[in-house]
Amino acid sequence: MSAFSEQLHYLPDYLGGHLRLTLIALSVGVIISVPLGIIATRFKKLESSILGVASVIQTIPGLALLAIMVPLLNMIGIIPALIALTLYSLLPILRNTVVGIREIDADIIQAGQGIGMTDSQLLRMVQLPLALPVIVAGLRTSAVWVVGIATLSTPVGAVSLGNYIFSGLQTRNNMAILFGCVAAAVLALVLDGLIHALEIGIQERKRGRSFLSIGGFAVIIIVAIFLGTGGNKSLGKQTIRIGGKPFTEQYILTNFLSDYLRKELEYSTKIVPNLGSTVAFDALESNQIDVYVDYSGTLWNMHLKDRKMPTNPDTLLQNLKNYLKQKYQVPIVAKLGFENAYCLAMRGEQAKKLNINSITDLSRHASQLVMGADVEFFGRPEWTRLKREYNLQFKNTRAMDAVLMYEAVKNGNVDVISAYTTDGRINAYNLKILDDPRHVFPPYDAVVLVSPEDSKNPQLMTSLEKLTGKISANLMRKMNMEVDIQRKSPQSVGQALLDSLEFKPNN
Amino acid sequence: MITLEQVTKIYEQTVAVDHLSLEVQSGELLVLLGTSGCGKTTTLKMINRLIEPTSGHIYIDEQENTSKDVVTLRRSIGYVFQGIGLFTHLSVGENIGIAPKLADWSDEKRRSRVNELLELVHLPPEEFRERNPADLSGGQQQRVGVARALAIQPNIMLMDEPFGALDPLTRDSLQQEYLDIRKRFDITTIFVTHDMTEALLLGDRIAVMDAGKVLQIDTPGELLRNPANEYIEKLMSTPKKQADQLEKLANE
Repeated sequence: MSAFSEQLHYLPDYLGGHLRLTLIALSVGVIISVPLGIIATRFKKLESSILGVASVIQTIPGLALLAIMVPLLNMIGIIPALIALTLYSLLPILRNTVVGIREIDADIIQAGQGIGMTDSQLLRMVQLPLALPVIVAGLRTSAVWVVGIATLSTPVGAVSLGNYIFSGLQTRNNMAILFGCVAAAVLALVLDGLIHALEIGIQERKRGRSFLSIGGFAVIIIVAIFLGTGGNKSLGKQTIRIGGKPFTEQYILTNFLSDYLRKELEYSTKIVPNLGSTVAFDALESNQIDVYVDYSGTLWNMHLKDRKMPTNPDTLLQNLKNYLKQKYQVPIVAKLGFENAYCLAMRGEQAKKLNINSITDLSRHASQLVMGADVEFFGRPEWTRLKREYNLQFKNTRAMDAVLMYEAVKNGNVDVISAYTTDGRINAYNLKILDDPRHVFPPYDAVVLVSPEDSKNPQLMTSLEKLTGKISANLMRKMNMEVDIQRKSPQSVGQALLDSLEFKPNN
Repeated sequence: MITLEQVTKIYEQTVAVDHLSLEVQSGELLVLLGTSGCGKTTTLKMINRLIEPTSGHIYIDEQENTSKDVVTLRRSIGYVFQGIGLFTHLSVGENIGIAPKLADWSDEKRRSRVNELLELVHLPPEEFRERNPADLSGGQQQRVGVARALAIQPNIMLMDEPFGALDPLTRDSLQQEYLDIRKRFDITTIFVTHDMTEALLLGDRIAVMDAGKVLQIDTPGELLRNPANEYIEKLMSTPKKQADQLEKLANE
């Protein structure tokens, strides 16, 4: 399969999801904003508060607004994305409704009153028709915004063109990124053009043009209804929803789990990719996904950060297991066998030259070296502890996207990075992982978690338990490299993993 | 017949209309004449309740204008003003047909009424009915305005400097046409203007207003012959003075 046709394969699903999000958010946006705008023009006192609230919503960054919906509503997927996008669509339509009505010539209003129109007749027959071109112009602005911001609904679990972009960025698949960007841009242009045609049709009272535009919308709505909704045919049995976070390893593991459960239990499966860290656990705990893979250290920091972290990985895991079971009825069903921990890494040859093997060795040379890490890392407690425990003083620190760190250290732009122990690029770029004798970095054993509801399914539990110890750190690193460096698809790598594993026959 | 009885309108500190009383006979054309800010427009708008008076009473055919609901009242009174206020999203025909539409006339009846009115204001229906108001000249727009106000045969017309923004020739012909119309249909009219010549040419009687009060109310001839005070005398002399000056220019 060529890189292009591989991406094209996802288009119905992603574009369909994106269209549904955009169209529903815009429709609800209009249904809310226009009446609200009318109310604002009728009651002057309310106007500034209504517009004020809408403006404040607008200043919240799109990703933040989407992310905050998940804990607020305690759910993931289309609903929180829709609510956030709808909120985002309000201001332009609302503001233009107010302006459109207010800017109508006072003489026209007086003529309407003089003729004996009631307030509602005046609104229906005069004010709204005259304000319509301005309102539609607002809708146009909203449409372009919403199409853009809808790409950010991927991390809250709603399928959109953002799936291309998020996965593409993480697996460094430029074709996917390009595909997502171009598709979103084309969609924005098409919607903008259609609404513009409607705007001109209304303004110049050209029926033909308005009908043309309305016809265009009808086509888009039909596409939105049918595109990519045919794929979830139930096989009669339960569908298992497999959650995943937005990085290469997780793309491989979700595909592997999906293939595994299909083969083992003949379940139908659905992958819910690109979930944020807390989003994934919340979704599992509220039974919105059934299975996902997380890491012991991450879970500890999320739930038990106030307790002292045990240095022994097994003690940590056992405590965590008991806690999650008791508090959330969420079982940890299998420890996969590898750890994906934070570590510090540097170029192998430089480490050799400076004779650095551990972070203790590093601290002697740190003042000559530049440290690079993802933005999140510099905010984590590990960074603070690292500096304190090893007395680290770098020459400089640089925050960058996690995807770019490895290139940066390889090319000598930085000297030390916060790497992940299973990243394929550690081997590929000949990076040296530094020992951590003071155990600053907590253990990050990969574990499979199951939702409270599914924990009552013994077949599923048994099947997942069988995965215990099946994936070593070396294997995981190799698979990550196959995707990140050799450009294999996460599906094929996941499938190959399944084919290579041997299980004891079922009793 | 329209009767105003001790009508007063006070805006916060300013008295716009001050205990004003007057009577307009059926079929009469009464001009309210005065400088801007004298309260003439406020007086007019209190009749169709675009403005509510602070105190006093207004009767139309002996019924107080607050006895019916405001929408019914306005539909029985034609209203034309300088700003015209044509609905720019509707065609000329739709503008004229809007009051009949509110009154639920049938499409056919409405259509024939629109044609009839366009003829009346000298705009050939075939040429003008479907046009966009914005494409018409000022005079044509106000013809549509007058036709719209006449649509459901009101027997009262309130006109607020309706021809004030038009060029002199157009103004003259619209004035004459309106005089014909109101005679033909026996329409009681109150006509607000600050233009002395217009007042003298149109009015059966003229009420001269200043500072919210009527100073004198009389026929044009009587006002010219017997002005009640110096202010009115000075006011009345302006058109004559202008005419004399024009004659002098012509004879040079």
